[in-house]
Amino acid sequence: MPYCVIDTGASRSFPAAHALTQGAAEDGEVVVVIGAEVKRGLTRIREREQKTAVVLELGTECLGVYTGEARGTEGSNVLGFARFRLGEGEPSNLVELVRQPNTAPAALAAAKNLFEGAGLAVAVCNDFPGRIVDRLIRPYLNAALRRLDEGLATADAMDTTLKLGLGYPEGPIALLERTGLAAHFDVTQALYEALGDAAYAPARRARVAKQRG
Amino acid sequence: MAEIRTVGVAGCGTMGAGIAIVAARAGFRTLVYDTRADALATARRQSEAFFAKSVERGKLKQDQVATILGNLVGTTDLRDFKACDLVIEAVFEDLKVKHALFAELNDICPPQTIFASNTSTLSITEIAGGSGRGERFAGMHFCLPAQLMKLVEMSPGLNTSEATFQAAWDFCKALGQHPVKTKDSPGFILNYFLIPFNNDAIRLVESGVAEPAEIDKAIKGAMGYAMGPFELLDLVGMDTQLLLCEAMHGSTHEPRAACPPLVKRMIAAGRLGRKSGRGFHAYKDSKMFGS
Repeated sequence: MPYCVIDTGASRSFPAAHALTQGAAEDGEVVVVIGAEVKRGLTRIREREQKTAVVLELGTECLGVYTGEARGTEGSNVLGFARFRLGEGEPSNLVELVRQPNTAPAALAAAKNLFEGAGLAVAVCNDFPGRIVDRLIRPYLNAALRRLDEGLATADAMDTTLKLGLGYPEGPIALLERTGLAAHFDVTQALYEALGDAAYAPARRARVAKQRG
Repeated sequence: MAEIRTVGVAGCGTMGAGIAIVAARAGFRTLVYDTRADALATARRQSEAFFAKSVERGKLKQDQVATILGNLVGTTDLRDFKACDLVIEAVFEDLKVKHALFAELNDICPPQTIFASNTSTLSITEIAGGSGRGERFAGMHFCLPAQLMKLVEMSPGLNTSEATFQAAWDFCKALGQHPVKTKDSPGFILNYFLIPFNNDAIRLVESGVAEPAEIDKAIKGAMGYAMGPFELLDLVGMDTQLLLCEAMHGSTHEPRAACPPLVKRMIAAGRLGRKSGRGFHAYKDSKMFGS
């Protein structure tokens, strides 16, 4: 199915050339809007309701910000997505595809096919702050920083334990050092505000890194 | 400290049987105690199957396996542990059960025998407190499945002597394992992070964020983890997850450690995980991991 990409600039999901952006046509039945100005990109789509799917790149915000919500019955041909990426790290191969209660099945299938066709893995989730991955890993990363402060073990011992014990490719402290503590602060602070759960409150070391700038 | 030649493993559940394989494979004479003769027989069969696979994969030769299996002896009589230089306890995660076992062992074993606990959630200091030899006691938490995983979290209790901890550390290395030192703190490192992480994943399902298979796919794809949280939970078992949560939450009172209601519903429905053929995913068999 032909698709087009509307690039509004500074995409976190596709910061560099990728099969998905390179394979796009001038116009298509599926429209992917990437970049930091998704709302502006949406206004550029003609006959939006006639498209099979319109897929919007999300940051920490919910899809409902762009579609509106209606008593739990919302849903259309508009979906959200984000290619998971930690801070300054390279984008992963995983796309979280965000649906609403009444998202059109054809729109969901078309969006999924499009990403998978570009070599990406797709996990479907509903429209919640942090989607799946950020929602799960931010409390873990905050706890790791806090336990380091409390002297549970050395940073190396903690990283080694999680690598050898669970097969993680990287321990939490090394991962945060590589991808940026300040970037972790930004995401976990946004989730703390959205969810009100203390597990997302930025750990001291993340706050210090953010304050240092 | 006396040289460690004979090792006792108390309890031959999944963990105990795995630890016994590790000790026997490393050349130690290994006694495995359990009150249940049928459990010992099952563990023996699984150990034989595991070592047969090791031969198939070229990791061990047949004559080596014969020696290892000759060194691996099951017993239902705890008094046989009088020959042990070091005893690793791998019984039910209940402080009273562990205290009763160690009190009995303290009468049976010579004074120089080092005691170790494979507890994953209880305090080493509290277990050692009922052993009669707190200064010769260390935490040695192996990972599941012990026969395949190299990591051992080692914790000194408040009264553990430096010489004892060093001897246990050296023994761990002699097993071919990779020790890491942690404080005697609930869950040590691994379970402190893993139990709440898995609970968080279950709560995502409870709150309708995504289906288990989608969450597994997301975590593996985004983080490069070998297993998703639900694949791992199915391996651990819902009944074990409940016990882990109760122990962790009971000692930390941290909200993320509290057992999500869905776990109890799954236990009631018989969806324990791999061992019952169905947990968050469905399985065709329940043979020992790695065999």
